[in-house]
Amino acid sequence: MAAVDLAAHAAPHEEHPTSTGLSSRKLVFWAFLGSECMFFGSLIATYLVYRGRDQVGPHPHDIFAIPFTSFSAFVLLMSSLTMVLALAAIQRGNQRQGAIWIAATALLGMTFVGGQCYEFTEFFYKGLTLQTNLFGCTFFVLTGFHGTHVTVGVIWLWTLFTLAVRGKLPQGKALDVEIAGLYWHFVDVVWIAIFTLVYLIQ
Amino acid sequence: MADHSPGDPQQHAHPGAKEYLAIAVILTVITAVEVAIFYIPRMHPVLVPSLLTLSALKFSLVAMFYMHLKFDNRLFSWLFVVPMGLAAAVILALMKLFGVF
Repeated sequence: MAAVDLAAHAAPHEEHPTSTGLSSRKLVFWAFLGSECMFFGSLIATYLVYRGRDQVGPHPHDIFAIPFTSFSAFVLLMSSLTMVLALAAIQRGNQRQGAIWIAATALLGMTFVGGQCYEFTEFFYKGLTLQTNLFGCTFFVLTGFHGTHVTVGVIWLWTLFTLAVRGKLPQGKALDVEIAGLYWHFVDVVWIAIFTLVYLIQ
Repeated sequence: MADHSPGDPQQHAHPGAKEYLAIAVILTVITAVEVAIFYIPRMHPVLVPSLLTLSALKFSLVAMFYMHLKFDNRLFSWLFVVPMGLAAAVILALMKLFGVF
């Protein structure tokens, strides 16, 4: 652990030949994440505006299983931890350890998506579909788009894993992992908001 | 790779594994507290403000430490925080418009 700390603190400071001195790729990616905030903001707004306006059920309190969703939230939070550990390993030039942490992140992501598929199936058998009521429509669109984002992230992570295993993810390409990590953490923070606003505050 | 320009006082080295692990423990504890608040009837009068505060805390911890906004150039923070504030304003405006509160 101490060796990891030392190496992480000693992460090299890279200068980029741009007018800001910052990586243009990273700058553009942060701007993209800003646009994603607006995207999920609009979906969350739609859900909140139409909440409790249904004449027919099922309603959130009829079908939500909070212990199960809490576990899913925990899984996604832990995947953020493994993602930063993957980045730290790649920044140290340790591709083998980086590959292990990237694989762990992808597996946790797949667990989350699997849980969401199970949850959606349960809701379907309890009578909730996209067409059932406003709750079903806004809930499935919001959480479905989030699940799609997680799935894209998982594919991205397995791509990075393949590169790391083949030795094609050296220290000089750590920015590739950092950008994938930013995307992954963003997906995590969106779920933090959804878990509270949709599941816990009913 | 830590993305810094040398000599920029706004940028610092990223934290290490110990700090990342400590943040993960804090995030787990906050999640457990959130779920506990949901199930304790006595907490229901303060359910919404409590959960919103804890959620904002979790969001901030991930953004600051795992996304490195606390350590990277402030331009990245602005690129993220301004649209996020705009999104929050849109949510509140729509809720007000539709008579949610």
